[in-house]
Amino acid sequence: MTTLTAPPKTAPPPFRTRKSSGAAAKWKRRIPLLPALIFTIVVTQLPFVATLIISTFQWNILRPGDRHFVGLSNFSFVFTDERLRTAVLNTVVLTASVVIISVILGLGLAMLLDRRFAGRGLARTLLIAPFLVMPVAAALLWKHAIYNPDYGLLNGTLNAVYRFFGADNGPTVDWISSYPMPAVVVSLVWQWTPFMMLILLAGLQAQPGDVLEAARMDGASALQTFRHITLPHLRQYIELGVLLGTIYVVQTFDAVFTITQGGPGSQTTNLPYEIYLTMFRKYEYGEAAAAGVVVVLGAFVIATFALRTIASLFREEVSR
Amino acid sequence: MTHAAVAAPGARFKKLLRRKDDHGGAPKLSPLWTFVAWLATLAFFAPVAWMVLTSFHQEADAATNPPTPFAPLTFDQYELLFSRDITPFLLNSVMASVLSTLLVLALAVPAAYALSIKPVEKWTDVMFFFLSTKFLPAIAALLPVYLIVKDAGMLDNVWTLVVLYTAMNLPIAVWMMRSFLAEVPKEILEAAEVDGAGLLTVLWRVVAPVAMPGLAATSLICFIFSWNEFMFAVNLTATQASTAPVFLVGFITNEGLFLARLCAAATLVSLPVLIAGFAAQDKLVRGLSLGAVK
Repeated sequence: MTTLTAPPKTAPPPFRTRKSSGAAAKWKRRIPLLPALIFTIVVTQLPFVATLIISTFQWNILRPGDRHFVGLSNFSFVFTDERLRTAVLNTVVLTASVVIISVILGLGLAMLLDRRFAGRGLARTLLIAPFLVMPVAAALLWKHAIYNPDYGLLNGTLNAVYRFFGADNGPTVDWISSYPMPAVVVSLVWQWTPFMMLILLAGLQAQPGDVLEAARMDGASALQTFRHITLPHLRQYIELGVLLGTIYVVQTFDAVFTITQGGPGSQTTNLPYEIYLTMFRKYEYGEAAAAGVVVVLGAFVIATFALRTIASLFREEVSR
Repeated sequence: MTHAAVAAPGARFKKLLRRKDDHGGAPKLSPLWTFVAWLATLAFFAPVAWMVLTSFHQEADAATNPPTPFAPLTFDQYELLFSRDITPFLLNSVMASVLSTLLVLALAVPAAYALSIKPVEKWTDVMFFFLSTKFLPAIAALLPVYLIVKDAGMLDNVWTLVVLYTAMNLPIAVWMMRSFLAEVPKEILEAAEVDGAGLLTVLWRVVAPVAMPGLAATSLICFIFSWNEFMFAVNLTATQASTAPVFLVGFITNEGLFLARLCAAATLVSLPVLIAGFAAQDKLVRGLSLGAVK
């Protein structure tokens, strides 16, 4: 071993590094951490300070020279504006439906994939494909290749089925205009179900086999085993999936931008898209910043729960 | 004893080869449920299959009602894409994702080292600080970032995206790398130090072999997220630095609808991530859950 080191050094006493609490030793440990820490603080924290400051200004770049401090009036605008209230509601509806539906579907798929069956490896690979398709590409695919009223896959298949049964033509449904929110939700559920499936499958496979064996020996039915053993065990994995999914889906921009542009009207405008409109269509920087601050506060609430769940998983890992 | 020493690496190798989901005790699905599992799988995969199939069709065959899946196949759409200049967009995407991934690793690996092998005091607090930045919605940063970037004359510049994607992926990389480095056996580290091995030797001989798979998985995850990023790319670039997702939305609005070509473009830009994701599928969940789930 010593031959590998070029100059044979005098070996330091083995436990010195751990026991020394000198400032120099502490800083030696901190050095590798500093670049990442400083970079993160500069790039992620400073913009939020800037957002906070801008949020107290009346600032529309269409009226240059009219930039002045207005205190909290942007916030009172944010909390009373009809459009923003709709956006908040849409964000809640969109996020909740996508997360809940994809957790349920993901749980079903994970339970199937936890068992052995012919071609399980291939099935798992095919199932994660939707998550790997570029979100913008997926949104365009759903909008044009699937929902399109004239030659999309949905109406096309309906038409083929109607003709097969002797009818002349199938119904021509304009899916996106008739059901804008479900159209966005379905495309996002399609992308996020594999994510939930992967997390829940990992949870199922971390289940101690002997407990399941014992339950079977004691004559517990499949349903009883699921309710009293599997589900409690999966709880923290479900929580993790819900929280991480919520954090990502709350930020949905690609799908709304691409599939509906927030419309018709503002029926599918969520907060990220509304902030984008305020910034780059209305040029109301102050209002956009205030809305941004509100979003950060909302995210903070979710993040507190998320961090707690991750911390509990993390403690388990560290203590192992 | 020599026998055990010889047998152990072989056993470990077999364990590595055995996929996680092949653990012996899993009961079998009945034929009916196997059918259900495959039906669900194919339903989820159908849009991807349709996208790829349509990308090999002529426009006339792509826009039919009812659909004509058995129309003749062609590479025309892909040829058209390259003659319509998708290449600079792909190069920008490659540059933004590869450079930011390298930068992330250069920052995250030393940081992970200082959070696991030679931990600083209160290292868990540092971990959770990194994580908390991941929970800040990017949209709230868009306005100040836009103003700062504009003032600095860095709009429409790939390096702007490199810096932003690095910040976006750094927390994930720190968490992932830490969870891999924590698996480096402490006894071997201490033994090497007692033997007087230098830092580089320890890193190369003890840490690297354990951390390499983690490094590969972390790079793949960072690459995937940068490659797919759309919001910053569409708002901070115009003509020079636009990435692949910006190309996708751009060519729809400019040229009307060409379904087969759209599918070809969608397939092409998704291909690197599909390959990376399939290659890393065992590590995917660990990255997505920030190392919390293995």
